[in-house]
Amino acid sequence: MKYTFRILRFDPGVDQSPCFQDFIYETEEKKSLLEALMDIRNDQDCSLSFRYSCREAVCGSCAMVINGQFDLACRTMMESLGTSLIVLEPLPNLEIQKDLIVDMEPFWRALFAVEPYLFPGETSPENGHRIEDREMEKIDQFVNCIMCGCCYSACPVVARDERYLGPAALAKLYRFVKDPRDERGYKRWSRVNTEAGAWGCDTVFKCNEVCPRKVRPADGIEGLRRKLIWGKVKSLFKRVR
Amino acid sequence: MITHDILVVGGGLAGLSAALTADPHLSLAIISRVHPLRSHSVAAQGGINAALGNSQEGRDDNWEKHAFDTIKGSDYLADQAAAELMCREAVPTIYEMEHLGVPFSRSPVGLIAQRPFGGAGFPRTCFAADRTGLVIAHTLYEQAIKRQVKVYDEALVTKLVVENGRCVGVVIYDLATGQVLPMRARAVIFATGGYGRVYLRTTNAYINHGSGIGIAYRAGVALKDMEFVQFHPTSIYPKNILITEGARGEGGYLVNNKGYRFMADYAPSAMELAPRDIVARSIQTEVDKGRGFEDEYVHLDLRHLGQKKIDKRLPSVREICLKFGGIDPVETPIPIQPAQHYSMGGIDVDVRCVSSLAGFYAAGECACVSVHGANRLGGNSLLDTVVFGKIAGQEASNFVNGLELKDGNEKFLLDEAVAEKAKVDTWLSRSGGKMAHHLLNDLKVVMSEKAGIFRTKKELAEALEAIREIRDDYGRAFISGQCLRYSQAIVNLVEFGYMVDLTEVITLGALLREETRGSHYRLDFPKRDDAGWLKHTLVSLKDGKPEVAYRDVQITKYQPQERKY
Repeated sequence: MKYTFRILRFDPGVDQSPCFQDFIYETEEKKSLLEALMDIRNDQDCSLSFRYSCREAVCGSCAMVINGQFDLACRTMMESLGTSLIVLEPLPNLEIQKDLIVDMEPFWRALFAVEPYLFPGETSPENGHRIEDREMEKIDQFVNCIMCGCCYSACPVVARDERYLGPAALAKLYRFVKDPRDERGYKRWSRVNTEAGAWGCDTVFKCNEVCPRKVRPADGIEGLRRKLIWGKVKSLFKRVR
Repeated sequence: MITHDILVVGGGLAGLSAALTADPHLSLAIISRVHPLRSHSVAAQGGINAALGNSQEGRDDNWEKHAFDTIKGSDYLADQAAAELMCREAVPTIYEMEHLGVPFSRSPVGLIAQRPFGGAGFPRTCFAADRTGLVIAHTLYEQAIKRQVKVYDEALVTKLVVENGRCVGVVIYDLATGQVLPMRARAVIFATGGYGRVYLRTTNAYINHGSGIGIAYRAGVALKDMEFVQFHPTSIYPKNILITEGARGEGGYLVNNKGYRFMADYAPSAMELAPRDIVARSIQTEVDKGRGFEDEYVHLDLRHLGQKKIDKRLPSVREICLKFGGIDPVETPIPIQPAQHYSMGGIDVDVRCVSSLAGFYAAGECACVSVHGANRLGGNSLLDTVVFGKIAGQEASNFVNGLELKDGNEKFLLDEAVAEKAKVDTWLSRSGGKMAHHLLNDLKVVMSEKAGIFRTKKELAEALEAIREIRDDYGRAFISGQCLRYSQAIVNLVEFGYMVDLTEVITLGALLREETRGSHYRLDFPKRDDAGWLKHTLVSLKDGKPEVAYRDVQITKYQPQERKY
């Protein structure tokens, strides 16, 4: 089978502007897009740059836009695309560093902003917490996140408002708010009670759609909103009393 | 010049664990060739061992039984005091992980759940479905965010800088800028992982070239027990992505083309849950005797577990099968074959992660303490990374705090970086020669064909010869084009030099060790020989050549006995 790879190339500081370059690639094997990219780099142009590591959809390195769809190159089998023209672009909403490599810094900054770590109680039970499995199931989908950035890049709100924390960070926050071991307190996390936080979401669910790990970040954002409203109601009641 | 008290090289579990345990008053940074969350630790699936005794069948478990299983699993090559230390530390370590936020799967009464694993007397493996490495790595990274640990990511360490017999820093290739730079430190901890990619079939990530181990070797530190290479029994055919041992722990069967659970012939009581070396050899034997499928693989059958259990306990396995194998394990057996998975050997360190080079420490897969001996048990590697990562962090801190140390000489460090840059320039200046990926492929073919699961004197000697020829080819390496930024060709060529060293040491150790022990199976010496070989292989570089020495195994109370399962 003969494929045409149309890849967005850009080396800021060298190139005037990004432009597409075509590579012809032939294979009879069942290959992933990542394997094909590595072959192209090795045999045709060793300056072609892209990130990768695990090749099994768990490290989150190789997220990109593949024929208009957000996905990991490693878990995309070429034949599954049903076309011989494969257009590859770097993740949008982030600056290109080189070719398919983008600067993830804004994504990480958003993550840091939600204090994405457990706030344990004063004392921790010596032999571990007793937690029912169904309690842990509530955060199950969120701990499946690999921080690949697909949701952040696909999010229309991030595209227009750089202050918005984005789906991954907010879903991460919800993962901790729902963790029975976490005691961060309402005051601490309700700082996301803003347009740059939980209320920024347009609820168009692009994040749910593009996640390669079946996480539904919008569930987390909705959950935060519910908790924020509930927190408000409770504080109103306190005042009435 | 960038200067820190401690540099931790590697951002996986061992590196993060070291960074989090080091004295917070010291200036510390992690250097990693990838972002820490892209490290290979995230690919660990099955679990982490600790004798919590949380399950009904595990009530009588304790750390000493864990230590015994580890030592027996190691085919008695583990240093017993080290194995005891790791297993004793396992229980508090798991609770510490739990308190940091690791979302362990729970038992019906709400305790941390434990599943059976190969070579273990009790259900001892704690897990988070089949993404245990992922959640522990993310949890430790979260703690690193909390502690504001400085991380230099996408920087490949190319060399250790040794001044007057003391490690004073490293040279890095910074991928984003293409610069080659020195970084100064009073102590350096290596947590650089394994070398799976020297084999054609491996479960390891693409980044696992093992250059860290080779860098230590070039700096004069001995490598220990490198001939012991673990082949995981169950990687999916043909992509060789890991299918966790947890799949057998949850009750999966291994079946040959006659529909027969062949482990009954090799390990009648442990069956599918015999240690990995035994199961991998059994599978390979079935395939070699024509009882496999397409002369390549056998079946791992999970169908009887049912969809509910598979989705609950093995969701990633199902996802991997669907995406990479095009089959659904709920309905179809999984085609599996052994693939390189883990390196028991590594940088020679003691039980405090201290090496023979002052100021240099190593932990995790790149190090050899040794706790895994000739064969590691499933669930012990995550434990190793966390326990010994912590120890390395403490020891390096003590070293820096305890001595009046001067920083390395700035000029000396710069000169080292200049020399490294000159190597890169040589590759770029050539107009022809050998390309990195061709060299790498040649090496993989040699290792896979001649230093794999079954070994003979003839093939190992041929391998050694071939490796030395490949080293000559490396002297003619070149890179086409002039691109310095994000150049995988530069990364590959830097690492390749070290890979040649590694494979030479693996092969030499294997050739000399005329016995069969754990993962090292010699067809021409099929018995274990405790009188001659109850000792560690130590290979160090002397005058540009490998020099071999041996050190007796430390025995505490577990006398070697025949290993039956």
